[in-house]
Amino acid sequence: MSGATQSTAVSTGRITRTLIYLVLLLFALFYLLPFFVMVVNSLKPLDEITGGNMMSLPQTWTIQPWLQAWSSAQIGVEPTGLRPYFLNSLLMVVPAVAISTGLGAINGYVLTKWRFRGDNIIFGLLLFSCFIPFQIVLIPMATILGKLGIAGSIPGLVLVHVVYGVGFTTLYYRNYYAAFPTELVRAAMIDGAGFFRIFWRILLPVSGPITVVSVIWQFTNVWNDFLFGASFGGQSQPMTVALNNLVSSSTGVKEYNVHFAGAILAALPTLLVYIVAGRYFVRGLMAGSVKG
Amino acid sequence: MGFLDISNVTKSYGKTEVLHRVDIGVEEGEFLVLVGPSGCGKSTLLNMIAGLEDITGGDISIRGRVMNGVHPSKRNIAMVFQSYALYPNMTVGQNMTFGLEMHGVPKPERDKALTEVAALLQLDKLLDRKPGQLSGGQRQRVAMGRALVREPDVFLFDEPLSNLDAKLRVDMRTEIKKLHAKLKTTIVYVTHDQIEALTLSTRIAVMNDGYVQQLGTPKEVYDTPANIFVATFMGSPAMNIIPAQVAMQDGAPHAVLTNAAGETVQLRFSQENMVDWVGRDILLGLRPEALTDPEGADRKSQNIAALSNPVAVAEPAGSDTFVTMTLGGRDVIARLRADTSVTPGTSFDFAVNMEKAVAFDPETERRIPA
Ligand SMILES: Nc1ncnc2c1ncn2[C@@H]1O[C@H](COP(=O)(O)OP(=O)(O)OP(=O)(O)O)[C@@H](O)[C@H]1O
Ligand SMILES: [Mg+2]
Repeated sequence: MSGATQSTAVSTGRITRTLIYLVLLLFALFYLLPFFVMVVNSLKPLDEITGGNMMSLPQTWTIQPWLQAWSSAQIGVEPTGLRPYFLNSLLMVVPAVAISTGLGAINGYVLTKWRFRGDNIIFGLLLFSCFIPFQIVLIPMATILGKLGIAGSIPGLVLVHVVYGVGFTTLYYRNYYAAFPTELVRAAMIDGAGFFRIFWRILLPVSGPITVVSVIWQFTNVWNDFLFGASFGGQSQPMTVALNNLVSSSTGVKEYNVHFAGAILAALPTLLVYIVAGRYFVRGLMAGSVKG
Repeated sequence: MGFLDISNVTKSYGKTEVLHRVDIGVEEGEFLVLVGPSGCGKSTLLNMIAGLEDITGGDISIRGRVMNGVHPSKRNIAMVFQSYALYPNMTVGQNMTFGLEMHGVPKPERDKALTEVAALLQLDKLLDRKPGQLSGGQRQRVAMGRALVREPDVFLFDEPLSNLDAKLRVDMRTEIKKLHAKLKTTIVYVTHDQIEALTLSTRIAVMNDGYVQQLGTPKEVYDTPANIFVATFMGSPAMNIIPAQVAMQDGAPHAVLTNAAGETVQLRFSQENMVDWVGRDILLGLRPEALTDPEGADRKSQNIAALSNPVAVAEPAGSDTFVTMTLGGRDVIARLRADTSVTPGTSFDFAVNMEKAVAFDPETERRIPA
């Protein structure tokens, strides 16, 4: 009797599991298909694309579109390829991510461990910045950048992204540090450690997971940003803007294979960050909710 | 002027005062235990000594130096927290010497202090482990070691044993007591466990609702509790509080009460001054061990009274048998020798050690001084 029920339970379990895997596989295919199309077509000569099936593998494999997208394609009026813009993006994203993450960590530390009168109001205002639509700030931001003399430069873009990112990073670190025992900070105070020493020696060493979350979030947002880049980039436009210029240049034939290669180049860094740090990302998002 | 002086200290959060005019002087080498129910302000007082909470009113001084407003690290104190508060990213050794490092002590001296304390607490083999790789008892020892290496003037403990299981708690209690006997350090120790308070301390401050109810040696607190709160909080099972009247009989004051069968019982007081209370109501305080079988009664006592009363429940507990019955309309617990035979429902002849009995004023709930 109980044996029969058990075997039914096992077989229903197996059926459910198969179903779940099928659905998951379907979703994976759904998301991977566009990427497949991009990779395949970036490795074909142009006539194969215009003449035939987008879905088929290349008949003659070539990396020419990649080289072209990287170093010689027409971006706007200059035949520079995406290379200089890639560099711009890199020069922008590294300081922007580092500064906003660092500020977020310090903010979170102060807001949880050095509470002061009105700290919740400050946190609320910082949170508010997460919900302000980008378009609203374009004109005031342009004025401020102009006054500071960093309009149209990489430092200007870095500033914009730091200002926009700090609300999110503060939120992450504040929630993470809220679960960090205050007794540890008190113990360190009695031991004679000061404000920065406690942060540096006690909190930061255990902030790995949330730092990964913050870095991934900021990196993806800053790298993928188009609006600020297009508005304030000036002579130092980031990769996203350059890609747009490459794809939508109106002269000559549309070189789809070069466009695909360029698009992948533009997405590569974020992809890399996810692959390297992705599993810490999930772990970091879960931390705090389940205290280990 | 003591070693650690808490004079007239109050603490308020906004408008609510949570500590009211606390006055405690601690001598060098004393083991003071702050005990009381949850929320009575023990931790708050300890944190004020540590400098982790501001002092609203009054002064706290250590070695004659007023500590109000002095940073925790400059008070020469060390604290052991309930959660141990070990730095998770540092090894045991680094945890223990972090304070010395922050105070600029050179490495060779730090290592020397570490070796000494590690040997004292048998932590030698664990120095390279992280706190996460230790058992609860080991973490507890590391937390104490971290306090010890600093050689502070005063040690502060906030419920250091409450995260341990029952057996380990008893073992660590003994270890702390041994350590204190060996090092003769000054300790202020917070607990809500009255047994810990009685066994460890040289003096106890019993607190309730932000007031120090009584400050005294364990014996004073146990034998002559200042009021009903202290009487019932300290000791387990709690002291029996029985409504009674005072009457003169054969020229001596007696407590008159009714037993479960409705008969009147008279118990002679040892305290002569109970004469002043003749004709008035009192509350008679009797510890369970003062209410026992005749063979188990204290032979040194000059005043053992007989009391016959029906037994409601008998609970053998290994070393003793506890008997519950009604006396003066209240539930009362008596403590008999383990192999006494009692049958619930029948009457039993108890011996009452009236030398240990105390009386309380029902109005003020204070003990009537002998
Ligand atoms: N930050 C605060 N704001 C307002 N009231 C507080 C604050 N901290 C503590 N209290 C109050 O002060 C009183 C004493 O708290 P305290 O932590 O000292 O209690 P305790 O005796 O240590 O209790 P426990 O045994 O539960 O640890 C409590 O009534 C508590 O509600
Ligand atoms: Mg407490």
